Amino acid sequence: MLEQIVFFTLAAALVASALAVISARNPVYAALFLVLCFFTSAAIWLLLEVEFLAIVLILVYVGAVMVLFLFVVMMLDVNVAPLKEGFARYLPVGLLVAAAMLAEMLLVLGAQRFGLERFPAPVPNPPDYNNTRELGEVLYTQYVYPFEIAAVILLVAIVAAIALTLRRRPQVKHQTPAKQVQVKREDRLKIVSMPAEKREVES
Amino acid sequence: MIGLNHFLVLGAVMFCISVAGIFLNRKNVLILLMAIELMLLAVNMNFVAFSRFLGNTDGQVFVFFILTVAAAEAAIGLAILVVLFRNRETINVEELDSLKG
Repeated sequence: MLEQIVFFTLAAALVASALAVISARNPVYAALFLVLCFFTSAAIWLLLEVEFLAIVLILVYVGAVMVLFLFVVMMLDVNVAPLKEGFARYLPVGLLVAAAMLAEMLLVLGAQRFGLERFPAPVPNPPDYNNTRELGEVLYTQYVYPFEIAAVILLVAIVAAIALTLRRRPQVKHQTPAKQVQVKREDRLKIVSMPAEKREVES
Repeated sequence: MIGLNHFLVLGAVMFCISVAGIFLNRKNVLILLMAIELMLLAVNMNFVAFSRFLGNTDGQVFVFFILTVAAAEAAIGLAILVVLFRNRETINVEELDSLKG
């Protein structure tokens, strides 16, 4: 009973904050509501006893991705007013498509196919159960090659993000150490031989 | 008790909300990216629920990889957005028509 109350409260908060994300006027508010979405999802995942992924969702998504979003939203000086123009115009068709999709999905995902009779509730894990250990044992044996590919994808993302946003400004004066080191004596120093002149005698 | 269908319906509702968000915020690339993140979250919810109810860890490993790819996607997408704003001074989708598509 308590579990049900917790689940439905969290689900209501999740749906409400998702609605706020897509209807917020200011992108900063949308990003903050998305943070709330991730927090409530992590709580629902804790209810499912998926502890490691719940923590990872908060650390990676809220800690890294959403902070990046907020940085970009605040860094870009966006004029919000023209970006909201089509909202009322597309509202009927958007709601229609979403409602149709939702109705189709609800027809499939009803209780007669995925209810507790077909899929009984999982037994609660014993106190010494370690979700991280169990996930790690699968991840480092059976899925070790996909794991390495994921690492390569992250590396490519780092390199791509830096390469895209790196800006060279030609008007800024800067030093090039490689050229400074390569300089030879002939480039800088010129010895001119001049004949000696007699000093004029002061009268 | 909460059954598998509750989690699946929650995921479906979130997915439909984000689809509606893509329709409604067609001009703002930032909100579009956020709606895509919301879609990935809905899919992850399904993966986690199935993994728990079927007693199989593979679903959780998949969620792990989806989180990785989504983080990379957000980083590159926002980098592209920054470069776009630097060059065009706008993130309005209507004005991004250089390719005449």
